[in-house]
Amino acid sequence: MTVFTKIPKQVEEVMEKWNGSTSRRNFLKGSGLLVVSFGAAMASVNPLSSWAQSETAAAAQAAGPYPDPDFRQIDSWIVIHEDSTATFYVGKTDGGQGTGTAFRQMMADELDIAFNKTDLIMGRTDITVDQGGSGASDGIARDGQAMRRVAAEARRVLLEMASTRFGVPVDQLAVSEGVITVKADPSKKVAYGELIGGSRFNVTLTGNNINATTGVAKVKAVGDLKIVGQPIQRYDIPPKVDGSLQWAVDAKVPGMVHARNVRPPVAGAKLISIDESSVRGIPGFIQVVSKGNYVAVVCEREEQAIKAARQLKVNWQKPATESFPTSEDLYKYMRNATPTSLTRDRPGVRLPSVVGNPDAALASAAKVIEAEYDFPFQGHTAIGPAHAMADPSNGQMTIWSNDMKAYGLRTGVADFLGMPRDRVRVIWLDGPQLWGRTAADDAGFEAAFLAKEVGRPVRMQWMRHEETAWDTKGPAFTFKLRGGLDAQGNLIALEYNARTVDYNHLGYNDPDTVLIAQLMGRRPSAPASGGASSPSEMYDIPNRRKTTHVVRLPLVWETPLRTGNLRDPNGPQITFAGESFIDELAAAAKADPVEFRLRLLTASTDDDNQFKRARAIAAVKAAAAAYGWDTRPSPKPLGAGTILTGRGISYCDRNSTVVVEIAEVEVNRETGHVWVKRLVCAHDCGLVINPDGLRGTIEGNMLHGMSRALHEEVQFDTEKVTSVDWISHPTLTHADAPARIDIVLVNGDPNPNRPDLPAYGAGEAAIKPMVAAVANAIYDATGVRIRRVPFRDKRVLAALQAARV
Amino acid sequence: MSDITLKVNGRTHTLDIDPSTPLLYILRNDLGLLGPRFGCGLGQCGACTVIIKGAAVRSCITPTSTVQGAEITTLEGLAQDGTLHPIQQAWIDEQALQCGFCQNGQIMNAKALLDRNPDPTDAEIREGMVGNLCRCMTYYRIQAAIKRAANVISAARSASGKEVVG
Repeated sequence: MTVFTKIPKQVEEVMEKWNGSTSRRNFLKGSGLLVVSFGAAMASVNPLSSWAQSETAAAAQAAGPYPDPDFRQIDSWIVIHEDSTATFYVGKTDGGQGTGTAFRQMMADELDIAFNKTDLIMGRTDITVDQGGSGASDGIARDGQAMRRVAAEARRVLLEMASTRFGVPVDQLAVSEGVITVKADPSKKVAYGELIGGSRFNVTLTGNNINATTGVAKVKAVGDLKIVGQPIQRYDIPPKVDGSLQWAVDAKVPGMVHARNVRPPVAGAKLISIDESSVRGIPGFIQVVSKGNYVAVVCEREEQAIKAARQLKVNWQKPATESFPTSEDLYKYMRNATPTSLTRDRPGVRLPSVVGNPDAALASAAKVIEAEYDFPFQGHTAIGPAHAMADPSNGQMTIWSNDMKAYGLRTGVADFLGMPRDRVRVIWLDGPQLWGRTAADDAGFEAAFLAKEVGRPVRMQWMRHEETAWDTKGPAFTFKLRGGLDAQGNLIALEYNARTVDYNHLGYNDPDTVLIAQLMGRRPSAPASGGASSPSEMYDIPNRRKTTHVVRLPLVWETPLRTGNLRDPNGPQITFAGESFIDELAAAAKADPVEFRLRLLTASTDDDNQFKRARAIAAVKAAAAAYGWDTRPSPKPLGAGTILTGRGISYCDRNSTVVVEIAEVEVNRETGHVWVKRLVCAHDCGLVINPDGLRGTIEGNMLHGMSRALHEEVQFDTEKVTSVDWISHPTLTHADAPARIDIVLVNGDPNPNRPDLPAYGAGEAAIKPMVAAVANAIYDATGVRIRRVPFRDKRVLAALQAARV
Repeated sequence: MSDITLKVNGRTHTLDIDPSTPLLYILRNDLGLLGPRFGCGLGQCGACTVIIKGAAVRSCITPTSTVQGAEITTLEGLAQDGTLHPIQQAWIDEQALQCGFCQNGQIMNAKALLDRNPDPTDAEIREGMVGNLCRCMTYYRIQAAIKRAANVISAARSASGKEVVG
């Protein structure tokens, strides 16, 4: 067993400079950063659990300040220990898709070290470089590439060292699993630990920003990668199934107390008075904290805080006017509202965008089809409500959080509390699924605020009703599409109109827009304009018009209907409309849905430099082949029994990732119940780091899409959200799981001149087409088109009955 | 406050607590058993599941006073002598989870399910697990892991000719 420090060398150096009076050893001891190495037993021992267990207990004592690690030093990213193991430090977080394992694979491969001789520290603002945390599904595509380049540079430096030691040129050396050998004389060899173990690289990297970080070395060609591409098991799963991992929800320090929020009973209510005597008798009661319309209680024990929050008597004044229409009236409201603005489809593309002459084409069309679609507000409704723990010891603020964007939380809290940024640090630990929710980490701000007010470490956790009603929402949409077919059934014109209630879309850990800031009356200079996008595909349609509008609800601030990023923020909504309508056009043309799409894709030979057209055609064909698609128009002739079966296809791209999904459904004509019995996905995200991790991510995306298709809708009356738990806000369950899922990883690159196949990202792409695939399958089975999400039994049954199915 | 005696994972604890406190908070905050988690506090999601007298129980709505003296097993108590329970191993083999926050409940409920029905059909697994929610929607892999665990447990039972300790 060797002892080493779980702190990158660059940070260690800076800490010594910052705090000359504190010896390094004392700092490390105080910060809990001295731990015992797992040495030879590394493969079988989880590095996280022992580290994390010792971590929270001691870390609160760290003296600070907490400067930013310098991303232009190898020593900020990689430490090679005396036993030739390595620790990687990256500024990312893992929301459960196994990106941590993928990052280790990428770095270990470039460094030429065995995967099980490495470990990884993520998302600690004081010791890991600021890569922003997670978001936008770019962990592999962008941040991972910087990691690869740094690891490749470290390998290059180690080879130079060995070259000097043996007196032979680098090209006469070979590297395998952390050992460098002289090719001509294999008895001459040296392990990484012998070359540099416990010492600094002292090598400066270049790059204008962290995403461009690079050394001199080039990363390996895809054909030379050995660890990348392997289905290595996730290192975080064993400690998650035996209960040993410490999660953010488990963070605990001596003297810690518990807090719960007391929310306004209706949106936009104003706090008039608080009767603190209503809770003073509760054992363990410490304090009621309130500012503006923000109210919280703090008690010694958790159950005491829960009781106090329930029992606290607060006098609220309801707003004089309605805060929003009811969820039933929402779409009518949206269609009639005056838009706040035209929005951009993507940077540089002002809407409406027009190609060809859609009006003339529609006028000349043999057949014109028109349809409207509605998509509700949907919540994140994390399985574990928002939580964080904050420790104000020593004039610093340490926040243990599952914030996917830990760095933004640090900056946001420093601003919110008026503290210097280097006095605040965030320690990321695992948490419930993110999907954008913790990009605005309300609980982290609340815990820090309360810790400062109370002067003790405070653990904040939301209750279920609060999480479901008050979390950030994916925006509702209404759509109107028109399409024109010529006499041969070719699509000659397409008009797309979308409206979304995305006004005042929440920022990332913005100290003026997180919920506590809103309730306290803080406001930015103007609400965010929000935005809608349009379906992303490679269809060649000669005449098109795309128009998108944002509309606003009456209540803009302090509302539970505040929009934020929810997994592929607009994707499921716009693709539901876009790919449902393509299916409607195919049906009007009496064309097979696969054949109709292929006709639109192959109508042009134009492509972009990501070969999206060629890859889309390949993916549509791969999905159809994997499913065993029989060519015929939809719907199929109506079956005679109670159960009607059908299949639907949906295609889109997300950035440069291409996804095609086929859903096979059983629809019960007596109950309206839809079971998605089988799913097929053809998925092309470029370079695959871990195929099993990717498959799990795709499966999760598809089933999340199914949940949004079949169950999820945030409901509200004119003053409050009425979806408050798992009864009033149902989700997918075990009963909904498909009997079979087939995933085809199409990944390939039509360009043979690109040996370093780009990775395009997979965290969100496969959720995008699923809602439309289910809708199209229901149509195929029943001949009934459901144009409003979700497809709950009652809605489907009503549609079947209306169509006399 | 009063003295309550709890038997958890084979150990006996006497605690001076408010006996109406839901068991979840006592397990997590007093006994440091962090497997069971708060998900809803309403008994709707299953994240807090523990096993009491062989049955899967929602600890978030179970007053501690009602389980005095009963044998309580948490996720931490499933492994025996450092060896994971076959269900836990099956979760690893199937790489069943995404974030993993709900998986305490998935595993504990699967344990109770397989204890009372060692060879469940697909429909029985769906029905038996329907109350354990997962917002990463990993149901497909969880169901595969349960089938795998059932096979492993059944094979071990056949090989030893007796009941497997679990």
